[in-house]
Amino acid sequence: MAHLNLVQAVNQALLTEMARDERVLVLGEDVGLDGGVFRATEGLYEKFGPQRAIDTPLAEAGIVGTAIGMAVYGLRPVCELQFDGFMLPAFDQILSHASRLRGRSRGRFQVPLVIRAPYGGGIRALEHHSESPEQFYVHIPGLKVVIPATPADAKGLLISAIRDPDPVVFLEPKRLYRAFRQEVPEGDHAIPLGQARVARAGRDVTLIGWGAQVHTALQAAELLAAQEGISVEVLDLRTLSPLDLETISQSVEKTGRVVIAQEAPRSFGFSSELTALITERLFLHLEGPVVRVTGFDTAMPYFSLEQYYLPDVGRVARGVRQTLSA
Amino acid sequence: MVKSSKTRTGSRKPVAKPAGNNRQDHLWSLGPPVEILRPDGRTVAKEEPDIAADDLLKMYRWMVNGRVFDERALKLQRQGRLGTYAPLSGQEAAQVGSAYALEQRDWLFPSFREHLALAVRGQSWSGILLYHGGSEEGGRVPEGINNFTPSIPIATQILHAVGVAWAAKLRGDPIVTLVYFGDGGTSEGDFHEGMNFAGVFQTPTIFFCQNNQYAISLPRARQTRAETLAQKAIAYGFEGVQVDGNDLLAVYQTTRQAMEKARQGGGPTLIEALTYRLGPHTTADDPTRYRQDEELQHWQERDPLIRMRLYLERRGDWDEARETALWEEAKADIAQSVTAYEQAPARDVEEIFKYTYAEMPWNLQEQLADLRAYLQESGGQLPE
Amino acid sequence: MAQLNLVQAVNDALRSEMQLDDRLVILGEDVGVDGGVFRATEGLLKQFGPRRVLDTPLSEVGIVGSSIGMAAYGLHPVVEVQFSGFLPPAFDQIVSHAARIRWRSRGRYHLPLVVRAPYGGGIRSPEHHSESPEAFYAHVGGLKVVIPSTPADAKGLLIAAIRDPDPVIFLEPKHIYRAFRQEVPEGEYILPLGRAQIAQEGDDLSLFAWGAMTQIALAAAEELDQAGISAEVVDLRTISPLDAETIVASVRKTGRALIVHEAPRQGGVGAEVAALINDKALMSLQAPVLRVAGFDTIMPLLQLEDYYLPDAGRVVRAARRLMTY
Repeated sequence: MAHLNLVQAVNQALLTEMARDERVLVLGEDVGLDGGVFRATEGLYEKFGPQRAIDTPLAEAGIVGTAIGMAVYGLRPVCELQFDGFMLPAFDQILSHASRLRGRSRGRFQVPLVIRAPYGGGIRALEHHSESPEQFYVHIPGLKVVIPATPADAKGLLISAIRDPDPVVFLEPKRLYRAFRQEVPEGDHAIPLGQARVARAGRDVTLIGWGAQVHTALQAAELLAAQEGISVEVLDLRTLSPLDLETISQSVEKTGRVVIAQEAPRSFGFSSELTALITERLFLHLEGPVVRVTGFDTAMPYFSLEQYYLPDVGRVARGVRQTLSA
Repeated sequence: MVKSSKTRTGSRKPVAKPAGNNRQDHLWSLGPPVEILRPDGRTVAKEEPDIAADDLLKMYRWMVNGRVFDERALKLQRQGRLGTYAPLSGQEAAQVGSAYALEQRDWLFPSFREHLALAVRGQSWSGILLYHGGSEEGGRVPEGINNFTPSIPIATQILHAVGVAWAAKLRGDPIVTLVYFGDGGTSEGDFHEGMNFAGVFQTPTIFFCQNNQYAISLPRARQTRAETLAQKAIAYGFEGVQVDGNDLLAVYQTTRQAMEKARQGGGPTLIEALTYRLGPHTTADDPTRYRQDEELQHWQERDPLIRMRLYLERRGDWDEARETALWEEAKADIAQSVTAYEQAPARDVEEIFKYTYAEMPWNLQEQLADLRAYLQESGGQLPE
Repeated sequence: MAQLNLVQAVNDALRSEMQLDDRLVILGEDVGVDGGVFRATEGLLKQFGPRRVLDTPLSEVGIVGSSIGMAAYGLHPVVEVQFSGFLPPAFDQIVSHAARIRWRSRGRYHLPLVVRAPYGGGIRSPEHHSESPEAFYAHVGGLKVVIPSTPADAKGLLIAAIRDPDPVIFLEPKHIYRAFRQEVPEGEYILPLGRAQIAQEGDDLSLFAWGAMTQIALAAAEELDQAGISAEVVDLRTISPLDAETIVASVRKTGRALIVHEAPRQGGVGAEVAALINDKALMSLQAPVLRVAGFDTIMPLLQLEDYYLPDAGRVVRAARRLMTY
């Protein structure tokens, strides 16, 4: 086992899969010689050469569009888009083609493609570098949306994403890239997509998060347990689409109360879908409204105010208290 | 008609113009880069360019201010007093020559590295620092200055510049728009769509490409197989011209020509200014991973400030004492701007919500009220 | 009053505003000489000339991106994107710029811009011509999203959208462009944005719908009425910002809510309506909020699209399920 941070775990996953499967290649801006702006692809160019760690021109639609072609031809491209905000020029390629080619060709063509992008706020970056766009991709049938919250999960989920026969949007919480290290299994370590993780067991409230919010949720749970004796169960969704409804149901049937912590803007976000699903399917188990603790329906503020935008431990804990008082 | 495309890409020699087709002469006129000043400060031609001495001195002053600002901003970032910053050193001539050439009524569209161009047009250095200090206030351009707000997604602002020029043309306003982008930007779809619209609608737009040789780590030669970026204009039916981007006079004069042409209804121009980013892409980048020292040295010798100083000295307009005084003055000015930036008033969380819409809808109001309630519960600020 | 269908009402709104506001320009593919592929801009070129009705190259990024500049300069551009399936190329311009210029410039620049696009299924067209993308735009702060469901609403809401100081995504349910005619007030006729409309009053359950689905909801309500179930039909009209007041008031009255939309269910607008009811009216609910929506699949081609689009039968079935609680 190696002691790795999240971005190193991503690098390990890429290294492992590229060594195992010669069809796997990475492409994107600065992913070769430079090793990626966050160093996620460091060393791949040296080890696998410029044919498999490909520096592309600055064109997100070009990267994703050509990767679709590569994937259709039988390769396993892993695209890196440099930041969440720059996924948008490729939106049409993702929505109109990557997600649809299997359906459009009735299975003749498939797109085993991974689109990696660092996402989320909290790194004091410039505009368009701190967005949480997961909901755009969750609303696109044909895509899978995966978000790891720990180094070990980053490796295991990325390996599964690469092996998955369908396109996967793989969003990496960049705030956690170097936040902590963890034992990460060496070599072939795959975690199946579509399975949530109980990050902390509890009885009173189900607190759902993904990406960096999992850690905020865990801290809130700890605080509430220590100071107020509240037992919070924290779920780390890991895969947003397809959603692991079973794990959520088991938890909510037990607790009857739900809080969701989300960085993205509140309205029409993924927590809305979760709320709708939970009220629809678990209505009779609910003892109060589902509480959403979220970003606001504004642009992501610049960094001098971003800490007010991102749900923090206090706001999440407050959400838990709200649901208990209902 | 464009039979010369084969010859063009293969050779820098002027191509014979086809007879009897004067209207499109410019399509074949793409020659070597426009140069006025040599790196040693001598002029290429015997004749001096027709630029008033006062303008020359003002532009040089701006270049020095830009360099001082850039160095100071880098230091502030390293000290944790500024957020991510995109340095401009090496591109002073490209920015000053182009921005200074415009008239007050013209519109300028920056991407994210054109701090100096914004300042030339009248924006304050402290305001520019605010933007990189993570304050939305940095995006507020004072009334009367027709600078657009910075655009970070590559090449996207090109279309906005075409739109403003188009609107002005429809309204009969004789303004010109100038939009900055880099060599990397020419790979994006938005660049092509913007160039095409401008060509079709003959908008008064100057596409000003600061080809600083790198898009983060990727060298210009890997960005496009085209021999020049300027030649891309040919495909859209208008003039493209390369200029030595470290030659202030060449940049200024070329931009003036493009501006005058645009104002007279002659349509758009693509200017490719050949320059070099002496520093990193941003403060988050380490250029030693992808650039050689020798290359950097080659360009340091072509520093646009040195060339201009030598030229002014040669004209007899400049000396060591004035040079020293100018740098001291610039340092004092920038220091003052840094103070103003750091003394900017604390910002209320309402700033997150304001300006999302003209009138704040209920969902935002509710969210703001909830945030205020939360802050009040936590004693007025976020708990540690 | 003129008897107009929905696309004629759109045309009437554009003409009426162009007469009053010389800053209004229309741009898009085939909007001039051709009068628009659905004829929404018919006759405008002739009446207002080529400086106000602009045929553009085939480039959605170009159209939307340059209209952002036009709006910042003070014009009132009304952009037509030919089908909502072709909005995605302009997604970056809409999300990263249109929605944010006011915010980014702290109010120095703002964009009185309308992006019109026909949307939704049911017209037997090829792929990419039948999507319902409203949820993408509703999730973007700084944008308003408006969807009319009748000719009169199309006129009143489009005029309001044109006069709004912020960018509005105006999605027109093309399935009912020519489905029926209605009296449409002449001249200036404005319906405020952000207000839902009770299309039919009822007591037992609330049906929330928009666009072409409003007609489906009304048909379902009629069927339910025959079975002795009184359904209230609420036509949302504006998707963002939602009219929380009307939605909540209706649910408080009926205690049951059913949302009907064409778009894929997962992450659709129905999810936010359900979440809103959860936030503000959970204790009034006698049954879970249900959604009758498109499937989480690609919009099928014409042979199967009728199975994908919610119809009155599916709505009635879900409503009956709601009544069992």
